[in-house]
Amino acid sequence: MIQLESLRAGYPARSVLEDVTLTFGPGELTVLAGPNGCGKSTFLRTILGLQPRLGGGIWLDGQALERLTPRQRARRISYLAQSRNVPDINARRMVLHGRFPYLDYPRRYRPEDQLAVRRALEQVDALELAERPMAELSGGQRQRIYFAMVLAQDTQNVLLDEPTAYLDVSCQLEVMALARRMADEGRTVVLVLHDLCLALRAADRLVVFAEGRLQADGPPEKLCADGVLERVFGVTVRRVQTASGWRYYYA
Amino acid sequence: MKSWRSSSTRIRELTVLSGLVLALAGLSLCFGGVAVSPAAVWRALCGAGGSDAAARIVRYVYFPRTCGCLLAGGALACSGAIIQNVLANPLAAPNLIGVNAGAGLMVALSCALFPEKPCGPLAAFLGALAGVLLVLSVARRTGASRFTVVLTGAAVSSIFGAGIDAVITFVPEALSGYSDFRVGGLFGVTMARVIPAAWVILPTLAAAFALGSEMDVLMLGTDTAQSLGLRVRSLRLVLLTLAAALAGAAVSFAGLLGFVGLIVPHIMRRLAGGESRYFLLASALGGAALLTGCDLLARVLFAPYELPVGIVLSFLGGPFFLWLLLRQRGGRTF
Repeated sequence: MIQLESLRAGYPARSVLEDVTLTFGPGELTVLAGPNGCGKSTFLRTILGLQPRLGGGIWLDGQALERLTPRQRARRISYLAQSRNVPDINARRMVLHGRFPYLDYPRRYRPEDQLAVRRALEQVDALELAERPMAELSGGQRQRIYFAMVLAQDTQNVLLDEPTAYLDVSCQLEVMALARRMADEGRTVVLVLHDLCLALRAADRLVVFAEGRLQADGPPEKLCADGVLERVFGVTVRRVQTASGWRYYYA
Repeated sequence: MKSWRSSSTRIRELTVLSGLVLALAGLSLCFGGVAVSPAAVWRALCGAGGSDAAARIVRYVYFPRTCGCLLAGGALACSGAIIQNVLANPLAAPNLIGVNAGAGLMVALSCALFPEKPCGPLAAFLGALAGVLLVLSVARRTGASRFTVVLTGAAVSSIFGAGIDAVITFVPEALSGYSDFRVGGLFGVTMARVIPAAWVILPTLAAAFALGSEMDVLMLGTDTAQSLGLRVRSLRLVLLTLAAALAGAAVSFAGLLGFVGLIVPHIMRRLAGGESRYFLLASALGGAALLTGCDLLARVLFAPYELPVGIVLSFLGGPFFLWLLLRQRGGRTF
């Protein structure tokens, strides 16, 4: 669980987000949406402690963020960054890095780490990619490996920053299915998405930021009905009922 | 093009590289101004052979020089490898974080202030460390990001470079001692100069290898590394300090052979792949092999005269590096 109380995030000379009070609970898939530059990535980085907060409080599973060491934080919350390096290693080695917070000196991997990696690769259906070099994988395959690394980190809370960026449509759906599975396993999943239709379709809960503030927070259907998205994004959002639920489109 | 290789391939390649280092070290103990037979080298190193000329040449000339080449080459290449990994910049080298400028300024000052007994090795080591510590302390105050380290290094090197020019302008006699240091070489090196440097280099190499896993995680990018619990800023400063100690100790007795720290890691990354421990080991072996081989050539090409090894390094290493780049551009790997 992630709790935020009157959070103020940004840079010392410029605040990006003001007075954000939110709680993200287990088993919930929350999508953060908002125009470019509204502070979604800054928000995630602040929750992780990668960027100092300007005010307010952050609690991870009931523990104040500042009382946790970097290693303790890494055992509670994992993060898929927006820009990721592609190191010259194979996929299994990449996923093994997810076990780093659990290793003591001299950082030798234990049988349980190897087991966690195997399980993570199975969960993302990438066991056959394990010995392939990261550089040779397609964008979608690589994303599955990054997800496996997050799974191997085995944290209750998961933050994903634009996990569908640069992926084709089928890979985007695959990535969202993985995020859904994480939430269904009882994790707290918070992700930033730019694709509004995908966000509306996949999220249990939508949090909208704009103009440096929290604009709306609730189920996608409610926010859609309230006209929040029209107001924030300046587009018309419509939905149609299909056999597998509501589908959204905008114009 | 990426060149990920399996562990068994890398181990085989590292074994070949180790064999090359041993072979070059063996040749370096046998050849120079005077050729000595392997049997005589063995006797001299075992303490036999008394005080005949060959035994004395091996003990007091060839052996210190070979040890110096192995240590300086390994240390400079490993220093470059660490700096390239930490700054995520394949063109980074010890000179980029103030090693050369700091060492150069202190050697120039030492030659100017104490012309009779300039204390070059100590001055070079302290200067290199001072240069890097100044770069790191300024960079730390501005966040210790990769870019601030590089920019601060450029600014400090520029200031120190001006300092060297000023010293040589006001005390022209310092130019001779400084020039020898700048070109680099192991002529006349003794165990008395190599052993203190070895006390710095060997533990520092061990510390760098021990931090291999941390370096691997650092290579994933700052945000990912931090989210995995790594203290990125502290690690970056620790690793750059280790790199400075390695390069400072090497230049203290070998002069400015900065090229080793650029070219060797660049080549070895293709051999060793992205795992830092392999990369550091391959760089250390590659640096030792390159410097020992070039020093051997410097001694035998125009024997009994010898060239400064820095000149041989640049004449051989430069074109070889260009050839590698051209092959890479043609889409071929090596």
